[in-house]
Amino acid sequence: MANPMKIRAKLEGDVAEVRVLMAHPMETGQRKDANGQVIPMHFIKDIRAELNGKPVFEAAISQAVSRNPVFAFKIKGAKAGDKLSITWVDNRGDTRTDSIELGS
Amino acid sequence: MDRTRRVALKGAGMSSLLVAGFATGLLRPRDAWAADWNKNAFESKTVSDALNSLGVQKVVPSADIVIKAPDIAENGAVVPIDITSNIPGTERISVLVDKNPFPYVGTFDVSKGALPYVHLRVKMGESSNVRVVVTANGQHYEAVKEVKVTIGGCGG
Repeated sequence: MANPMKIRAKLEGDVAEVRVLMAHPMETGQRKDANGQVIPMHFIKDIRAELNGKPVFEAAISQAVSRNPVFAFKIKGAKAGDKLSITWVDNRGDTRTDSIELGS
Repeated sequence: MDRTRRVALKGAGMSSLLVAGFATGLLRPRDAWAADWNKNAFESKTVSDALNSLGVQKVVPSADIVIKAPDIAENGAVVPIDITSNIPGTERISVLVDKNPFPYVGTFDVSKGALPYVHLRVKMGESSNVRVVVTANGQHYEAVKEVKVTIGGCGG
């Protein structure tokens, strides 16, 4: 089970400025371990943010995103008390969802 | 009583049910994700192949795409990139690093309720142009920013 994401959001009027840190190795498949064996690819592929259950921001990404990915994005039409949840899925089918309440 | 065997059998039964579900189209988890993971684009080794796979035929240079990235990145493993599109109707923001082994880094869909902005951190194997392609009203626009890398971030 992957570690929780760290999600922070700041409301500026009705725009939520979101910053998220995901714990993930983002292995490119190009590195070798101490024994010279290739470390297999292991990376987040899909990301989705939902505001009160409605998708508002989505991404499809590659192994070229840095280890322990950090993203920031801005959601329109947000207000204090709204529920923001973020989900990622990696190339092995592992997934993780974390949520916060805005303005809390 | 061999419990492990029972659990294994039960598990196998469940997965074959799932496989049947996928096959008949009853369960289609990919539908849930609108920003489709474009395998051909991600596996392309050149910018032009990646753009072709993304369906980008014609791309117009635009000064309305603002890319903030360091001129010189000391550590290619973590290069921060800030992108703002001032093009009206921006739906998607795609990012490519021209000289990476697989240039296409990803696409961010902001059409459903986000502002045309994204911040991400990428790996860069060597000094390269960072290329941003914005899709708005069916048209494609691009801007590039050169980033010099002193220590590459792909091998190791």
